[in-house]
Amino acid sequence: MEKNLLVSASPHIRDHITTRRIMLDVVIALTPAALSGIYFFGWKAALLIAVCIVSCVVFEYIMVKIRKKPLSIGDCSAIVTGLLLALSLPPGLPVWMAILGCFIAIVVIKQLFGGIGYNFINPALGARVFMIISFAQAMTTWVEPGLDAVSSATPLAIMKQAEAGAVLPDMSDMLLGNIGGCIGETSVIALLIGAVWLLARTVITWHIPVFYLGSVALLTWMLGGEGVFNGNPLLHLVTGGLLLGAVYMATDYTTTPMTKKGSIIFAIGCGVVTSVIRLYGALPEGVSFAILFMNLLVPLIDRYTIPKNFGGAIKK
Amino acid sequence: MLRKKTFKQGATLPHIKNTAQDQTILMPAPKTIVVPMLQHIGAPCEPTVNKGDHVKVGQVIGDTDKYVSAPIHSGVSGKVVKMDIILTYAGNNVPVMIIESDGENEVYEGVRPPKIGNLDEFVKAIRASGLVGLGGAGFPTHVKLNLPNEANIDTLIVNAVECEPYITSDNREALEHTRHVVRGMQIIGEYLKIPNIIIGVEDNKPESIEILSQAVKGTKIKVQPLITRYPQGAEKMLISALTGRKVPSGGLPSDVGTIVLNITTVSFISKYLETGMPLVKRRVTVDGTAVKNPGNVEVVLGTTIRELLDFCGGVTEEIKKVIMGGPMMGIANYNIDMPILKQNNAILALGEELGDPPDETPCIRCGRCITRCPMSLMPVYLDLYSRRRDLDQLHKYHIMDCMECGSCTYNCPAKRYLVQSIRMGKTLIKQQPKVKGGK
Repeated sequence: MEKNLLVSASPHIRDHITTRRIMLDVVIALTPAALSGIYFFGWKAALLIAVCIVSCVVFEYIMVKIRKKPLSIGDCSAIVTGLLLALSLPPGLPVWMAILGCFIAIVVIKQLFGGIGYNFINPALGARVFMIISFAQAMTTWVEPGLDAVSSATPLAIMKQAEAGAVLPDMSDMLLGNIGGCIGETSVIALLIGAVWLLARTVITWHIPVFYLGSVALLTWMLGGEGVFNGNPLLHLVTGGLLLGAVYMATDYTTTPMTKKGSIIFAIGCGVVTSVIRLYGALPEGVSFAILFMNLLVPLIDRYTIPKNFGGAIKK
Repeated sequence: MLRKKTFKQGATLPHIKNTAQDQTILMPAPKTIVVPMLQHIGAPCEPTVNKGDHVKVGQVIGDTDKYVSAPIHSGVSGKVVKMDIILTYAGNNVPVMIIESDGENEVYEGVRPPKIGNLDEFVKAIRASGLVGLGGAGFPTHVKLNLPNEANIDTLIVNAVECEPYITSDNREALEHTRHVVRGMQIIGEYLKIPNIIIGVEDNKPESIEILSQAVKGTKIKVQPLITRYPQGAEKMLISALTGRKVPSGGLPSDVGTIVLNITTVSFISKYLETGMPLVKRRVTVDGTAVKNPGNVEVVLGTTIRELLDFCGGVTEEIKKVIMGGPMMGIANYNIDMPILKQNNAILALGEELGDPPDETPCIRCGRCITRCPMSLMPVYLDLYSRRRDLDQLHKYHIMDCMECGSCTYNCPAKRYLVQSIRMGKTLIKQQPKVKGGK
């Protein structure tokens, strides 16, 4: 009738959710943005995406073997890192630079700090910032969408008058993604489709994207134009890597606070730093630096946002 | 219908209530019963009869002078054949009495309806009945009813939530013994002079809500439907859902003017006052993928799991795990020769479909454990510091508030054994000698 009964601690049932399912949902959510990037920027974009995903997975495999840890490729987190990194690179970037970026992301930032769950900054973002600093020229060479890619400027650079005489593209082009920029950041519509997917699958909650985008909108409206309350917040929301950052990078579990309250503080912090860099900094874009900066504050935020326990203090 | 209420956070579990429609079946008393001397929270009982003695149904066979305890009665008539010691599923060695039935089921002469004139006699009668919380916790009911300052209690809460999957025994009590449920509530309300009586039922038991609502018409009792959510049956969560009051950390329901009793416990009080038959039988939900005929069975306490499963048509496959209680907080048994105890509301025999316990992977800091924790704790840190044996940090994160409901572990995508390591942390703290001037 029975041999040895299994004895284990309660609970005896578990939800179906796994780390792998969460990561695959992120991949699915990023697919529209990737496809629109390939559509607008052509085979070079496709090549970069493929190279980044493959090299991230390979680096992950090698590092896990060296560290003699259980094989973690199955959790698909390396695919997410590769895809995110590729989507935040300019389409014309040399392949070897992309591979170096993947090395930084997976080997240095993720695995050397202990692998999944232990990295202190978002690997894709950290690698991107490393590349912006190392390859300033290549990382800011934008191309016009289309097969004969010609050098172009991003709307944010135009706003900063970095390129004299250039005019802003139409709003419809900006929503579709038919503008210069990184592979995955240009199409607002594609990014929003992915955001809806993530929310529907409860991979993310609305708090971080809404508070991040909200604080950028408020600050750029307040301080972005001549005088106060004269800026163009909509333009700031649809341009640059803001949407990609707010929905996919500032919501990375490992490098953001764990409580709702902490998440809101984190998101507002990201919004403030992004706006300050965009409006007053030397760089046209500040999303990567803002999120990275806030990543570093996460342990501090977590420490000061411990939820009050049910019922309050111990009596007597 | 009243607006449905609920509490904050917690988990959403699958609705597995296969046996909700199954009328309770009476299982004949087995040939022998195995009766442990500890079937409640508190001090164990001492045997009051000796080996070779003849006992009858309802006769006291174990009792103690200790206050937090409840006497134990024989469920069969027959001979005490052996005194032994068993290792219970909780990990304690407990004395047991083995009684061989003579098949007569002769009722003990002392079994007659108790005479009650005042609260004191009422509480004494409840103690004599051997009643403990029948919802799973097994806390002696007379201790709960014997309030130091009963004037402060304004609400009696009857717990008919039954938030764990599979279990339907309280649901059957509401449907089959509605009269006793209502009468029991009125009796307690009268003796303890409690003005408000609320019975909380989750909305996955619409029949119970309907029948109870009909039955309480014309009384002051209120039937409150609740949005189904785990662990609503936990005392503190139920009080919060029904009254909005929060029991302070380390406190009791009486601190916020409430007393919480399980529905089957309440119903038993009414039956006991009518018949005088102490707690020797109870309804158990038998379910799980390995059980041939799942259902609700009324068994004599001391019947072994093996006999109970045989009564339910045996098993259809090799049993992989046997759980006493629900799948969220129940305890896995190491063999099936364990007896049914007073507080066992379900036996789940699960087969191959259960699968193996999942492999643990690194925490990805998603925060799901925090947003699910009904006690607003941070299980992720309790897990971390328990493993590190950092007792100071465990205190800081309020480890002793954890009731081990398992909502965090259930929802963990990294499949971490949070409850298991939190239990270890709590044990470490309990082993710690009391620090002078400590909290």
